[in-house]
Amino acid sequence: MLQLLWLIPVLPFAGFLILALFGGRMRKSAVAAVGVGSVGLAALVSLVVAAGFLLSAQNPSARVYTQYIWTWINIGAFKPGIFLYLDALSLVMVLVVTVVGFFIHLYSAQFMEESEGYGRFFAYMNLFVGSMLILVLSGNLLLLYLGWEGVGLCSYLLIGFWYKEPENGSAAIKAFVVTRVGDTALAIGLFLIFLNLGSLDIQTLMGTAALKWRIGGELPTLAAALILGGAVGKSAQLPLQTWLPDAMAGPTPVSALIHAATMVTAGVYLIARTHVLFSMAPRVELAVGIIGAATLLISSMSALVQHDIKRVLAYSTISQIGYMFLALGVGAWSAAIFHLVTHAFFKALLFLGAGAVIAGFGGEHDMFKMGGVRKQSPFVFWTFLAGACSLSALPLVTAGFYSKGMILFGAWQSRQAGFWLWAAGLTGAFLTSIYTFRMVFITFFGEARTAMAKKPDIREAVPLVVLAFLAVVGGFIGLPRFLGIRSLSITGFLSAVLPSSAQMEGQKETELLLETVASIISLAGIYVAYFFWLSAPEYSREIAQSRAGKTIRRFLFSGWGFDWLYGKLFVAPYKWVARVSRNDVIDVAYSFIAGVNRFFHYGLSMTQTGRVRFYAAAIALGAAVTITIAVLAR
Amino acid sequence: MANVFYISAAVALVSTMLVIVQRNVVHALLYLILSLLSVAVIFFDIGAPFVAALEIIIYAGAIMVLFVFVIMMLNLGAQSAEEERHWQTWGMWIGPAVLGAVLLADLVYMLAQGPPRGFFGNMGPVGPKQVGIALFGPYLIGVELASLLLLAGLIGAYHLGKPAKMAEAGKNRARERGGE
Amino acid sequence: MTPLPAGHPPLHSAVAQLYSAAVYGVPVAHGLMLAWVLFIVGLIGVLVRRNLIFILMSVEIMLNAAGLAFIIAGSRWGQPDGQVMFIFILAMAAAEVSVGLALVLLFNRRFRTLDTDAANRMKG
Repeated sequence: MLQLLWLIPVLPFAGFLILALFGGRMRKSAVAAVGVGSVGLAALVSLVVAAGFLLSAQNPSARVYTQYIWTWINIGAFKPGIFLYLDALSLVMVLVVTVVGFFIHLYSAQFMEESEGYGRFFAYMNLFVGSMLILVLSGNLLLLYLGWEGVGLCSYLLIGFWYKEPENGSAAIKAFVVTRVGDTALAIGLFLIFLNLGSLDIQTLMGTAALKWRIGGELPTLAAALILGGAVGKSAQLPLQTWLPDAMAGPTPVSALIHAATMVTAGVYLIARTHVLFSMAPRVELAVGIIGAATLLISSMSALVQHDIKRVLAYSTISQIGYMFLALGVGAWSAAIFHLVTHAFFKALLFLGAGAVIAGFGGEHDMFKMGGVRKQSPFVFWTFLAGACSLSALPLVTAGFYSKGMILFGAWQSRQAGFWLWAAGLTGAFLTSIYTFRMVFITFFGEARTAMAKKPDIREAVPLVVLAFLAVVGGFIGLPRFLGIRSLSITGFLSAVLPSSAQMEGQKETELLLETVASIISLAGIYVAYFFWLSAPEYSREIAQSRAGKTIRRFLFSGWGFDWLYGKLFVAPYKWVARVSRNDVIDVAYSFIAGVNRFFHYGLSMTQTGRVRFYAAAIALGAAVTITIAVLAR
Repeated sequence: MANVFYISAAVALVSTMLVIVQRNVVHALLYLILSLLSVAVIFFDIGAPFVAALEIIIYAGAIMVLFVFVIMMLNLGAQSAEEERHWQTWGMWIGPAVLGAVLLADLVYMLAQGPPRGFFGNMGPVGPKQVGIALFGPYLIGVELASLLLLAGLIGAYHLGKPAKMAEAGKNRARERGGE
Repeated sequence: MTPLPAGHPPLHSAVAQLYSAAVYGVPVAHGLMLAWVLFIVGLIGVLVRRNLIFILMSVEIMLNAAGLAFIIAGSRWGQPDGQVMFIFILAMAAAEVSVGLALVLLFNRRFRTLDTDAANRMKG
């Protein structure tokens, strides 16, 4: 069954090709069938492969399956093979990408029905999923980079999908350019690794690195830092997070796909994949944790003041990815992947639910113009609530609780700045539940300010229900050990690929205590949200109206002014240079060269009279001159 | 005999010059044959009897006959000579003459400076046998190349000299193909 | 009978002796000069004439002059190489003339003239 592995990335690509070539001429139902069907088939195949993977060996977690396809190029010692590499980590990622991706596709089939460019949309979406699958299945950093760039390209295409609005185009360009900064770092990192280790094959290079480099040395630090640069760009972490809120310009299913299944998780996956390098560079690892903590605090504060429901979710994604980085930084690799999985479930759910709400209000994004959705569409409310509870880590019943708890426990146990990272994570959890339920209360409770025009049909409802179910029960693959249930453990499953750090084997009592604290914090956050936005909204309004409140609000609303800062630092100088070179200052030198060329061209073409005798005379003259010189020079 | 050389050289020079000033093609051709014959005499005189024979047979014989055939096919005559009169003006000779004079001055100056010294023809004749041994020994590859060249010339001449109708048909076909 | 130059190989036969005696006294310089002058005459012909057939004939003159230079040089050292070269030139000239004359036919057919300047369409 594992032989079917190659089908998983090929199916979405095939869908992309069909839609890209014939999508314009196909009926909408056919487009949907191809677009959704290809990813659905890929999901089925990946389930089959997963079953084969789990059943085929005594200890499935240690199993590795490599499917060789062909050698890319063969130059001396440089033989990058194209092969798919399946281990526990890739399997988890493949499942998340295909299954969540499939439900998002299914949802889009209805959501995008009214929009023009139906075929184009599904072509891009399929390409997106295909690239992501290449990324996670690649056993080679070069091929991984191909998928990485493919993902970047698709994000550009999809964010700017409604390209007739100029803002959407500039948001797409922003996403592309900002992630490009990280991609460049990653590319340099790849060069560095290849130069020093002679291989881009991930397993080989990690083995070689462990032999050749010493822990904390310059080279591993540099390599890990460059890879981190790439991951930071793709995963929208500090300082390259500014593109993600603007990426909301794309259609809502695209946001769901970018945030849940594909793009932003790529950075987390990359770090987990090359975790050996990070283990060898403790300073970079610490930087990963600090970046994660800082990002999660900054963006969850920004989420507190947004009006646009999608922007709340965008900042929330940044902060949740921050959690994953935090986990990676403290060496809790499997916790990061666990949170990635649960986050994929609930964030996809939240986006799709938000999409349903937005569509219901006729494309209105502002939460304060909504309200009362709970009564108008209980179905959307309950599914959205499941996602919101999972996001704010409601104790025991939600997936987010278990994954976040695992991360916080890992941070507590960490030797490097453990307490501070834990405290940051806890603060973040508090803020998370506040902004999540602020969103819920404003959108779904209260008076209906506008009537909802459109209700989701079956193609939207199924994904919502399934994802809501997963958002609730998805956490049971990673129960904390103090509960005493050890049947299904993602940590154990990933242990062969991502060795759980020694710190994870801490006291059960500590774990219980930490989980309790986290639960209290989360509930407290929900209460605060309830107090400020449902029971006594006048307080929140008052704070917002006060002088200090206004300033802080504006500051947070703009995402801590990063856009302003980058605008001053990079965009303005760039624009200045562009304005200066509009007059083609540098071109003067080149046009001089061109002018000289033209002069000689005219001069020489005058000698081309077309008369043979003239040419013969020229030859003879040349011979005479040459011979004369030769004779006289003797 | 040295006298033979000088006399033949004089004949060759004069007849060659007459070749390039003639208006009538056939007259020019006759002068050219005369020039080639006198060069053949020089060859014989200086001890190369084999190439002297080749000069007469192939140059003065075969190649010149080719010229005659072509002139016949073109049917050139008085009208062509009339044309030539218009084309040839005295001014045209100045440039090339100066050029030739420069080259000649070069040669004379060079010969006056130093080698080649010595005399030719006093080593005795080099007969066909020696030539053959050299030709099919160290120069065998050259012979092969020459055969290739002749074959190419044969094919080329055949292709170019195809009857007009066939050539026209080929051109039409090419035009149709190009027009699509 | 003039004496042989120093280092001259012994003469084998009476014919050879006769030869030697007969041509002895023509310096190489004179032979080369003849070849050179013939070559220049051919060159001038190529440059001056507009009639294609005359140009071809002038080219033949030049080729012949080059062959003459080879023969003279070969004769100076009593070696067959000069003659071999002449034979190559002969082969080349034959090929050249056959193709060239075919082109003349074609040219005449196309332009109804033999004036080379009529075919000056390939100009810059």
